[in-house]
Amino acid sequence: MSTPLLLVQVLNGLQLGILLFLVAGGLTLVFGVMDVINLAHGVQYMLGAYLMVTATALTGSFWLGLPLALVAALVLGLVLEFAVIRPLYGRDHLEQVLATFGVILFVNEAVKMIWGAAPLSIPMPQALSGSIPLMDGLNYPVYRLALLAAGLGVAAGLYVLVTRTRSGMLLRAGASNAPMVSALGVDIKALFAKVFAFGAMLAAFAGAMAGPILSVEPGMGDGLLILAFVVIVIGGIGSIRGAFVAALLVGLIDTLGRSFLTDLLKLVLPASDATQAGPALASMTVYLLMAVVLFFRPRGLFPAPA
Amino acid sequence: MRAALLFLALVAALALAPLVADTYMLSLLARAMIFAIAALSLDFILGGAGLVSFGHAALMGIGAYGVGILMEEGTRNALVSFPVAMAVAALFAFVTGAVSLKTRGVYFIMITLAFGQMAFFVTQSLSAYGGDDGLTLAARSTIAGNRWLKSPITFHYVTLGLMVLTALICALVLASPFGGVLKAAKENERRVRALGIDPYPYRLVAYGIAGAFAGLSGALLANLTEFVSPAFLSWHRSGELIVMVVAGGMAASALGVGGAGRLAGAVLGALGVILVEEGLSHLTEHWRILFGPMLVLLVLAGARRRKPGAPA
Repeated sequence: MSTPLLLVQVLNGLQLGILLFLVAGGLTLVFGVMDVINLAHGVQYMLGAYLMVTATALTGSFWLGLPLALVAALVLGLVLEFAVIRPLYGRDHLEQVLATFGVILFVNEAVKMIWGAAPLSIPMPQALSGSIPLMDGLNYPVYRLALLAAGLGVAAGLYVLVTRTRSGMLLRAGASNAPMVSALGVDIKALFAKVFAFGAMLAAFAGAMAGPILSVEPGMGDGLLILAFVVIVIGGIGSIRGAFVAALLVGLIDTLGRSFLTDLLKLVLPASDATQAGPALASMTVYLLMAVVLFFRPRGLFPAPA
Repeated sequence: MRAALLFLALVAALALAPLVADTYMLSLLARAMIFAIAALSLDFILGGAGLVSFGHAALMGIGAYGVGILMEEGTRNALVSFPVAMAVAALFAFVTGAVSLKTRGVYFIMITLAFGQMAFFVTQSLSAYGGDDGLTLAARSTIAGNRWLKSPITFHYVTLGLMVLTALICALVLASPFGGVLKAAKENERRVRALGIDPYPYRLVAYGIAGAFAGLSGALLANLTEFVSPAFLSWHRSGELIVMVVAGGMAASALGVGGAGRLAGAVLGALGVILVEEGLSHLTEHWRILFGPMLVLLVLAGARRRKPGAPA
């Protein structure tokens, strides 16, 4: 394996990590603040991508389409919160799983009926469609770098929002003791709705940004949702910082494992065995990581204060 | 008592079904009974021990792959392949359970889900056994050289018999002192610990038992469809199994057989869900658009189950 190849894969891994963080961030907030396990978070990522398909087609521009898609996702998030999530506060986790599973079935099918089952694509914005040389013999697409930068920007913004603003303070207070916050005169229902819709918008942002490099298809959020679960379990449920660290870790390990594990195994195994075992082992790496982390730290790397 | 009556009524109806059902209906009922076995094994840990496993389809799929791979390698005898399939599924449950059971509540849900996905991706990369496309079985398993399972009627009764056996064993284990510890730890883990009993080994053994029965249902499903594929292990199917258990439990308590009637409820739920899915899919190919909201309504309309200690 050469240095440029390794660098490319590290960058790809960081991108997956950033996308995972955008999805896992919302998931961990919703769980940490509202104690709701929302399986439907993955379909919000998918809806982001589909709304972006329609918004860019309507406006003819990536830059006009993006805010339009985000606003639409925010509104859909509010609708979902009002219709399904709100009655689930304080209910058994099993029932939350069941109801949001129903939402997944509904939305996946609705997307199939509205946009069709065939994969769609989002045109890449003109300004970001080239590639730049990072080092000798290595050109890297600008869009992927922009995606990385945008994700890091959102992560930084989220950090400031949670730790330095009044809304962030309420959010943290709600996470540690919601009834007390409510007793102090804060409209906890409105706070919950805002947090939920904001999380939905973050996931939709990830979907919209991933659209131009991945194919947009029904069920695209399901795989990412599971990885996002792995991320928040490793990071510690409710912890934004944990989600960030774990997301980058999972993104890197998954990507590097898939590209290099077979070659590494060839060093110690016969080539035919390595090509057999490599892909199987590569798809297991993140789950093994999770198992190891949990075995030593059952509440994740950065457990939220109980 | 009423639970036993409900169960007996269901079994009697299934036993009489071949008198009126055609081949298509029989295969549908066999499918429902196979899922009932999986739902029973899930209810054993979910209802019995309070462990919400979201990776149950993986255990089922491992059983199915056990039969498929053994057949590909030349072992067709069900008396060999079924126990092996059950043992492998139990072993997977035991190993993943050893890690998962260190955690509680929502962590447990997510970890079992993640381990299930892990098994899913491993079957996808089994290129020697069909990989993504799955594996077509040469024929159904034989029983000591006899092709009895080929006949839909025999298959129906074999499946029914195994379903009854599964229900009986689960009920007996739950009624034993061992099951008493599981139920007590579900109600109040701290008190059980204060009595000097660590629930961990009990839960682990229960998880392994559930794995064995889920593996059995997978072995039967592979025989019914004469095909196995990674889709058998998909997390959507794990979700469906939870739906069967919970919806069945709700239906059972609506019939006045809550609590002790859980296992009968799992059978009722599996039959109900498979038949409703079948009915809806005749109505429209987009049947999930109806099934999804049905689930949401079921939860929202159902009895409010509050978390212990949650504010009213």
